[in-house]
Amino acid sequence: MASTREIRRRIQAIKNITQITRALQMVASSKMRRAQDRVLAARPYSEQLTKLLSRLSGQAEDLNELPLMRKRPVKSAAIVLVTPDGGLAGALSSNVNRRAGQLAIELRREHGADLPISFIAVGRKGRDFIVRTRQKLVAEFVKLGDQPKLSDVRAIARVITDTYLNQEADLVYLVYPKYISTVVQTPTVNQLLPVQPPAEAEESGPAPQYIFEPDATTIFAELLPRYIETLIYQPLLETLASFYSAQMVAMRNATDNATELLGDLTLTYNKARQAAITTQILEIVAGSSA
Amino acid sequence: MSQRPTLHVTIVTAQQTVFEGEAEMVIAPGSEGQLGILPRHAPLLTTLALGEMRIRQSGVDEGLFVAGGFLEVNNDIVTVLADDAERAEDIDVAHAEEARRRAEAALQQRGLSADAQSSAFGELERAVGRLKVAELHRTRVGHRRRPPRELED
Repeated sequence: MASTREIRRRIQAIKNITQITRALQMVASSKMRRAQDRVLAARPYSEQLTKLLSRLSGQAEDLNELPLMRKRPVKSAAIVLVTPDGGLAGALSSNVNRRAGQLAIELRREHGADLPISFIAVGRKGRDFIVRTRQKLVAEFVKLGDQPKLSDVRAIARVITDTYLNQEADLVYLVYPKYISTVVQTPTVNQLLPVQPPAEAEESGPAPQYIFEPDATTIFAELLPRYIETLIYQPLLETLASFYSAQMVAMRNATDNATELLGDLTLTYNKARQAAITTQILEIVAGSSA
Repeated sequence: MSQRPTLHVTIVTAQQTVFEGEAEMVIAPGSEGQLGILPRHAPLLTTLALGEMRIRQSGVDEGLFVAGGFLEVNNDIVTVLADDAERAEDIDVAHAEEARRRAEAALQQRGLSADAQSSAFGELERAVGRLKVAELHRTRVGHRRRPPRELED
């Protein structure tokens, strides 16, 4: 049995750890709430834009001929990997990374084993994963903060569209942890490019014949990049919400485990202490009767 | 009066929903010029410029600042997907003044990259636009002491 002093040291160490995990749990849970609110607040925009695009794709044939929408034979692909910057969030990042690796395997199976796949990392965990596994990293965006700015999203979108338009990738996917609930986050894969017109919503009557101002081409040329931006912005917010949720849960588990361990150790400590006292008494009794 | 058709107006930005409600008329800064939209307007899709948008509810105009984006009219539903939007009454004038000063200072610097310059210019445009909309809002609220004129049928 370990000495009482040894056990006391361990108890103190675990108390210190508990303080840290408990503090992190609180921080994560308040940030989680804000991140969740932001995800919900941003949803109407992407929903409206998606609906608008589906109404338009029904009536404008030339929409499908735009460079960002035209399908090309697949000779190369790119994967945008959206992950959090920080750790201490359980298996969240590794799940997303694994999904991305799996996607790469699927793509190679479908389009040939030597299909070149380049990666664009948004978030440090994904960047580290790509570097560690020696994949081709073409761009990285880290430290975007808790409130990603639209200008950051624009920069990311520009890199992605350039990659596509310069024929460096004929297919672009995005992998991110979708926020379902505080305890559930699922790695999700979306196709970014070529843009797939969203499925037509069921609406009564024929698609409206729009008056375009200034003209259809100009509007589509502005609409599509905006659509791609939301396809990046929304996952970014989802990732943040997922991250803080996962971190909160991970830290709560850590605190619970530490508390349990603390109980066990305290028990062992008291037993050891009592045993020591008993031995001492026995020694004294033995000494006096001698 | 209650039989009149109204427009259902939704204004959203990438961050949040800014306005949602019924209106009798919408005046918006289209990229090709000011647009007035009344109920039963033909389906329309236009890009937006930077400026003031007005929404008329029971004869009273509510002002909003919008910058860029799209406006769609379909079936008496007006949807605005704005790059930036704010209700006039929510505009923080001190904050906008500060943004204007910062943008102006940034533009004064020499050897600014083209990117930085255009972003500072965008900041400046938005700050000035915000201030203008806030100003218009203040004068309009001042006028509102008199009862609003009834719309004639």
